[in-house]
Amino acid sequence: MNKPVLRVQDLAVTFTSMTGGVFRRKQRQLRAVDGISFELHAGETLGVVGESGSGKSTLARAILGLIEPNRGRVQWMGEDLTGLEEEALRQKRKQLQIVFQDPVASLNPRMTAGDIIAEPLWTFYPNMERLQVEERTRGMMKMVGLLPNQINRYPHEFSGGQCQRIGIARSLVLNPKLLICDEPVSALDVSIQAQIINLMKTLQRKLGLALIFVAHDLSVVRHISDRVMVMYMGQAMEVSCKTDLYRRPLHPYSNALMKSVAIPDPKLARAARQESWLTGDMPSPFQRPKGCLFHTRCPYRVKRCEADVPALRRMESGDWVACHRAEDLDLSI
Amino acid sequence: MTLLRVAGLEVRFDTPDGVVKAVNGMSFELNEGETLAIVGESGSGKSQLVMAMMGLLAENGHASGCAEFHGKDLMQMSPRELNSIRGRHIAMIFQDPMTSLNPFLTIEKQMIEVVMHHQGLSRDEARAHAVEMLRAVRIPDPEERIRQYPHEYSGGMRQRVMIAMGLLCEPELLIADEPSTALDVTVQAQITDLVAQLRKQTRMAIILITHDLAAVAEISDRIIVMYAGELVETGNVEDIFYRPQHPYTQGLLASVPRLDRVADDELQTIPGNPPNLLELPSGCRFRDRCSRAMEQCLQRPPLWVSDDGRKSRCFLPMEGGRVEQADAVDGEAA
Repeated sequence: MNKPVLRVQDLAVTFTSMTGGVFRRKQRQLRAVDGISFELHAGETLGVVGESGSGKSTLARAILGLIEPNRGRVQWMGEDLTGLEEEALRQKRKQLQIVFQDPVASLNPRMTAGDIIAEPLWTFYPNMERLQVEERTRGMMKMVGLLPNQINRYPHEFSGGQCQRIGIARSLVLNPKLLICDEPVSALDVSIQAQIINLMKTLQRKLGLALIFVAHDLSVVRHISDRVMVMYMGQAMEVSCKTDLYRRPLHPYSNALMKSVAIPDPKLARAARQESWLTGDMPSPFQRPKGCLFHTRCPYRVKRCEADVPALRRMESGDWVACHRAEDLDLSI
Repeated sequence: MTLLRVAGLEVRFDTPDGVVKAVNGMSFELNEGETLAIVGESGSGKSQLVMAMMGLLAENGHASGCAEFHGKDLMQMSPRELNSIRGRHIAMIFQDPMTSLNPFLTIEKQMIEVVMHHQGLSRDEARAHAVEMLRAVRIPDPEERIRQYPHEYSGGMRQRVMIAMGLLCEPELLIADEPSTALDVTVQAQITDLVAQLRKQTRMAIILITHDLAAVAEISDRIIVMYAGELVETGNVEDIFYRPQHPYTQGLLASVPRLDRVADDELQTIPGNPPNLLELPSGCRFRDRCSRAMEQCLQRPPLWVSDDGRKSRCFLPMEGGRVEQADAVDGEAA
């Protein structure tokens, strides 16, 4: 296999919050991302899935340097991004782009669709010919399924799905090599979600992008991912290739996420409700459980899980899991 | 027994760009103890339909038609009369639990206010009742947690608090508008669990409003599918999921990504976008996105009805159905 384009090693982001008022000031540390490592090849898609608070969006931002990591390295094409000066990092951003969750809120309401899409071109190539910019903008609109004659319309004249297409066009206008999509469909209607997922998949193939697709729902990333990382409280619980994960998840948390997805079939859905899969909420990030982070909610926990932290380890299949009981649990779907 | 009967309900909004027809000629009935899901994309009018019933439309909104609750028309009631029904007999839960809760008051304060107002209980009685409701929606340590503020609860717990508040006065009808859309799948599953349990244990009727058909498969008796302000199909839950008639319903079902099936490479979609309510097409409103559109779809499609309460608005014939002749009255005037 050729070399990975992106290599993330032991990446960690810690937020510090102050509590206790002026006179009893206390610092509390929140480990949002805690030692994430993975590699990504050109043309490959990694799905990142977890509940809110799992650190998936922070991870996405830390990779792009939008949040400064406290530890670890992000290597892009062999070059370390974490050590780069601001201007050098900015130049790199031509190759590394992001699509945000809320398609309407992330577009400037006072700019036309065309201006929004073309803005990165003006920023990075201020001397580019006006006609050339317009041509490229229209081309991008066509590529993401917008009509080029909508170029002078404002965001409010588009539906949510169309706004997300504008966001995608903008993120692709500089010809990036890596695209990170942070919950790009969770604010959209079901029928439109499918359109956007299909569009992302087509574009990725066409452009040979390396793609990181963040979502809270395993059913959403299934169609687009080659591998999926399941995150919980800032750590990777499992990193598996798609076929393995959806046939037989290795981690009880992956299994619980999968069982939580509603089945659009009344009889199957009622039958599946026999057992409750995931009780309670994620523990407070300020009071991280000892041992396995997931043990407080895990139906399969044993004594050992409360004391020993399971390392993320490689199984024979080539998939990675952080669970003491991965060998003896059969979580086949 | 019929609890709610809605007939010819229309909602319009005056906007600077023109009149938006948000809901057109909606008619349906809801029986006691029944769970009805109203499904549609954003802009389908599903929320405005119930907002109109409850007298909660925005200022530029106008509603007409009737919505009889226990035989009395909600649409004709004075704000005072409506107030005595809301909360007491009909409770509503909204999508975002954080904006529906007052951040400056403890959960206790917010909950017992409702009970004292509507049921005239003493403070201690009201408090005991509130704790009991929190326990019913599976808030751990309810005696402790009732003293906390909304920000000390997680998103899923806040929504469970909202449900508990809705249940305080033991309403006959609970309306939940996208109760779990903003929440994680795991929490969605918990809320679904909770609603399933409520259906078993109470005789309360429930209206669930959602854009996600999958979310209501398990917990509804009947489903209404809305598109661009209109009813396009209705039927019991098995009919809708196993024998959908309208191409829109079929498209919605097909576009749900499923984990219980082998994945195709490409997800099924409904192409295009919902129509602009300011410039509604004549004839079938779904026409432009429909894979089975024909020439006659430029005309207004007929409403098929069957004896068991199924309906479909489409030129494609509905199995076991006949064309509703009286349909012209509740259709659009044009």
